[in-house]
Amino acid sequence: MNKFENELKNDKFVCSECPKCNKLVWPPSNFCSGCFGNVIWRQVSRNGKLVEFSKKDNTIFCIAEFENLIRIMGELEIGSKEPQIGQDLELVKCNYDGKENFFFQLK
Amino acid sequence: MRRVAIGGFGLTKFNKDNISIESLMLSSVKSLFDNNSNLVQKDIDAVLTSTNDNSKYLANIVSEFAGISPKISHTVESLCNSGANSVVSAFSYISSGLADVVLVVGAEKFDNPGLVLECDISRGQYKHPVYWSSMFTRSHMRKYGTTREDLAIVSAKNHRNALANPYAYFNKAYSVDEIMQSKNITEDVRVLDCSFPCNGSAAVLLASEEIIKKFTDCPVWITGIGQKTISAGFTKNDDLTSMKSTQYAANDAYAMSKKEPKDVDVAEVHDAFSICEVMEIEDLHFTQKGHGSQFVKNMYETQDKKINPRGGLIGTGHPLGATGIAQIVEISQQLQSKAEKRQVEGAKVGLVQNMSAAATSSTVLIFES
Repeated sequence: MNKFENELKNDKFVCSECPKCNKLVWPPSNFCSGCFGNVIWRQVSRNGKLVEFSKKDNTIFCIAEFENLIRIMGELEIGSKEPQIGQDLELVKCNYDGKENFFFQLK
Repeated sequence: MRRVAIGGFGLTKFNKDNISIESLMLSSVKSLFDNNSNLVQKDIDAVLTSTNDNSKYLANIVSEFAGISPKISHTVESLCNSGANSVVSAFSYISSGLADVVLVVGAEKFDNPGLVLECDISRGQYKHPVYWSSMFTRSHMRKYGTTREDLAIVSAKNHRNALANPYAYFNKAYSVDEIMQSKNITEDVRVLDCSFPCNGSAAVLLASEEIIKKFTDCPVWITGIGQKTISAGFTKNDDLTSMKSTQYAANDAYAMSKKEPKDVDVAEVHDAFSICEVMEIEDLHFTQKGHGSQFVKNMYETQDKKINPRGGLIGTGHPLGATGIAQIVEISQQLQSKAEKRQVEGAKVGLVQNMSAAATSSTVLIFES
């Protein structure tokens, strides 16, 4: 199991970053996709925005974007109002159980 | 660079029988030899197999059972566009002079567990293709006003076209209303808006200009090739209403063939879901962005078979490794005026668009009679 998955199991959302290129390396990797240098790992901001969503049965699934780069799919908590594209949201929980699980809540 | 043409093809009916991947591949190779009385095993320099199956050494196993001792043999895998990519490899071997005649065979079993891209972490817990297609659908609806009826028309057209395809898995026409009323897989995708995995096998024979006349009087020339990979992760599609990889691949293919979208008489496009055909018609520049649905509607109302005459993936079934090759077989038949009830009259220029994993990768080929 890699660093990304291990941290997800602890409800921590981390990503690799290249200190030389000063950029996040997404999807996470041990090497920078630009310069192939070693990366450091840091937590990603849990504040993001809604890119797109749909619904299956009573579950909303969506794409959320973090730090203007990382886009991931996860479950969006159902609220009383229809979600709006571009709306601010928060990553409230993440986990790894063989798949990466992400749960978001609108702000 | 030497010119390369399709000189023969073989197909077997798509189904869900219990059969090995090796036997599936051999079935369309047999069909290809049955269709080409001038072809003998020693003509073939290279054998390429296209599949996502985990069986090993398939190109060599198929060669042995077909009595071929090729110089070059290997598998090509790229999920859903494995088929078109394997034909690009075959083209390269011939155009470079490494081979004169290449046999390409693609196949997939309906129950192959390797059909979902588990390693795309950007999809989180939503790995199944129906989730990315829901995102594409919702975005296209929001931006361009595409409706559920527009999507159902894609499926109705392609199921109707498949009625004239003796190799199709499906053999049933559906009304637009039946498709709209079919089961919701998600809020945005109905079950009849989806293509389905099935067994399938398709084979093509490619040869250089010097040799092709031995196999056919009507060679189908590959005159344009474009292939582009944007990423391996779905969410790197910045614009969920367009297939960027298809746009790039199409531009390269049009430039190489010196053809324009208006020159294309018939096309097979990768309708993994109804929304895909709408987006592809736009991204191949057959019409402007946002007009894909109207383009499909016109074809449906006028019985025009220009796009997906064999029924596409929705009507024919989607055996991943065979799909791109089956698309090429259809365009070859069209340009040889051998497509019978599916024939687009006077077709001289054809196009195949085969894409993979939420359009993260696309291949576009242009053919001329």
